[in-house]
Amino acid sequence: MVSKIEQTHPADPVDAGEIVSTSRDATSPPVGHPLTTAGPLQTTLIKPDSGLMLPDLGAVWEYRELLLFLVWRDVKVRYKQTALGVGWILLQPLLSVIVFTVIFGMLLNVPSGDVPYPVFALAGLLPWQYFSSSMSRVGTSLVNSSQLITKVYFPRLIIPASGVLSTLVDFGIGFIVLLALLLFYRMPISPRIAWIVPFLLLAIITALAFGLWLAALNVRYRDINYLIPFLLQLWMYVTPVIYGSAIIPERYRFLLALNPMTVVVEGFRWAIIGKQSTDSVISIPLFAVSILITLVTFVSGLIYFRKTERTFSDII
Amino acid sequence: MTETVIQVEHLSKMFHIGRSRQQHDTLRDSLMAGLKSTTGRLRRQDPATDQARDDSFWALQDISFEVQPGEIVGIIGRNGAGKSTLLKILSRITEPTQGQALIHGRVGSLLEVGTGFHPELTGRENIYLNGAILGMRRTEIEQKFDEIVSFAEIEQFLETPVKRYSSGMYVRLAFAVAAHLEPEILLVDEVLAVGDMEFQRKCLGKMGDVAKTGRTVLFVSHNMAAIEGLCTHGVLLKKGRVTSYGPVKDVIEDYLADQKAPAARSVGGVLGQDPTSGVSILDIGPLDRNGAFVPMTRSGDDLNLAVTLQLERAIPRATVTIGLNDVYGTRTTVLHSSIAGFPLSLDTGAQMVTVHIPKFQLKAGSYTMDVQVFSGMESVLWAPSLGPLMVESGDFYGSGKLPDASWAGYFYASQAWKAAPSAEGQKS
Repeated sequence: MVSKIEQTHPADPVDAGEIVSTSRDATSPPVGHPLTTAGPLQTTLIKPDSGLMLPDLGAVWEYRELLLFLVWRDVKVRYKQTALGVGWILLQPLLSVIVFTVIFGMLLNVPSGDVPYPVFALAGLLPWQYFSSSMSRVGTSLVNSSQLITKVYFPRLIIPASGVLSTLVDFGIGFIVLLALLLFYRMPISPRIAWIVPFLLLAIITALAFGLWLAALNVRYRDINYLIPFLLQLWMYVTPVIYGSAIIPERYRFLLALNPMTVVVEGFRWAIIGKQSTDSVISIPLFAVSILITLVTFVSGLIYFRKTERTFSDII
Repeated sequence: MTETVIQVEHLSKMFHIGRSRQQHDTLRDSLMAGLKSTTGRLRRQDPATDQARDDSFWALQDISFEVQPGEIVGIIGRNGAGKSTLLKILSRITEPTQGQALIHGRVGSLLEVGTGFHPELTGRENIYLNGAILGMRRTEIEQKFDEIVSFAEIEQFLETPVKRYSSGMYVRLAFAVAAHLEPEILLVDEVLAVGDMEFQRKCLGKMGDVAKTGRTVLFVSHNMAAIEGLCTHGVLLKKGRVTSYGPVKDVIEDYLADQKAPAARSVGGVLGQDPTSGVSILDIGPLDRNGAFVPMTRSGDDLNLAVTLQLERAIPRATVTIGLNDVYGTRTTVLHSSIAGFPLSLDTGAQMVTVHIPKFQLKAGSYTMDVQVFSGMESVLWAPSLGPLMVESGDFYGSGKLPDASWAGYFYASQAWKAAPSAEGQKS
């Protein structure tokens, strides 16, 4: 006998919902399943989803091992089959500093206070390069992972998150180069240098904030792939990486607050070199506005990401 | 007391076919579409918006069924019946448009073997990475590592990047990781359709072991023999709806009965169409001596298989392909005009494309036909599961005899035999 499914009722319209994962508590009836008697049984409800909400950060935490594996893969693969290998991580900041020093420090004579221009440049380049490579990684991360997205479930937020984490390795090595440079110029390293941690955190969140928007949009509009390098190039020129913010006329300085990376870059310089030598013009109100802009972009980016993430596999 | 493990209620999934693929791929298209829909709204009734509604396609419609613990459920149906979509929804890769599914237990899904494998990483590294991607914990992978390596038979190549692996080794490693996934519910899609015969048998054995441990498995495959051998229950999908559900033997019977049903010939004169390219298919089938469509052909006959197409624009460099599938959905052969070396040029209007096959080799049975038409490299029509093409037994060998139908085989091959003294024997 074949049992036929009753199909007389049209599908009931379903309320807006989400995937709810709960663990069965002790009061639930026991399940007669040999494999499930050991631990709590996970229950998953799959429903259409709508409305605005933040991604499920608990699910990201549950998949933290996968996040670490993806970061590890990124780092490992990036320099595999290159003759210099990890040497490239050292060479990238070094070569940039040399080029910048020759062009801007020597030929164009960009003022760097009392500080040797190479130190001045690297203190700014270090956070900028971190931000730039992170944001472009995050922005293209979903499209580059389409193979995974269409075949396996995991919280999609893991992919952009691995983008900002894997670049931290490069940052760490660049930081060692910077310390070596400071020693070379016999400059003092003060405890103030610990301040780069909150500034780095701001750079991470800024890269993630803008990257999340770009990544989610990139799934639908591949234009973003072309936009990202252009955007980053423009962004670098409006950020005081090769020059100090002091050369900007007083009445335009409020514009600096619109760019959170100004705060990051000048913050790094201040932490590494000290305010007296760089003429930094960053003030507390500027700082506050920048953080606000980053947070608003970050939260809205998370919401937009959440709203679109479950259609990624259909349109990617 | 048993409790339902998977409860699917009125699940439906809609895709926008034309829209996601054709328009909106770039910002400019999106902006243009926005403009168009605004002007359309101004004019109130616009044929373009009606057409947009036609673009929606229900891959699944009002699916309901339940799975009890320990059941091995085979999901069967023709290409495009919605099997993979169902599995993707249950794996949470895509979300349903309507309805819901309630799942009790940890779900592991295998929609592909080797997902996330990175060619630059070594076998060892990929085992960890792939395991994590499939949802295994690191401790779990460490525990099963040796077992995975010996199952895949890659001991000596553990430290070699997988890009240097042969395709067989690659697939073995990928499947080995997947086979050691031990969730309470396993969703498997077609992954057995890879690897050599011996390895396939090993995989089927492994799947059987999984079944014996009381896990619940949902298994999508075109391989009816595998489904019949492994599954306890079956769900038959047809055009996005469940048409049969129950013990696997009954469901397979229903599936085969449905395959043998006489062809529903053209509805409104059109078997399939691609609204964006304006190519449609009006008829397909064998021709008799007078050039008229007939319902069947015979093995060993010279077959003239014809396709009638309707074109809005001429295609100067056209390719027509016809894939022939047996009742189990196994692709038996593909007829391909370009690969066979016949450049085609199609004019506007109704065009008949005929392929001549001397001494048709497929054995008696019912075959569905998947037709695809290309303009240059671009697909302009995809019309799966047409027909069926009925093939009767014919005197293929001209000997008046044919091999028994129960002997394994898909086709007849022309052959000539002889016996002569062998040089090898003289040496000893």
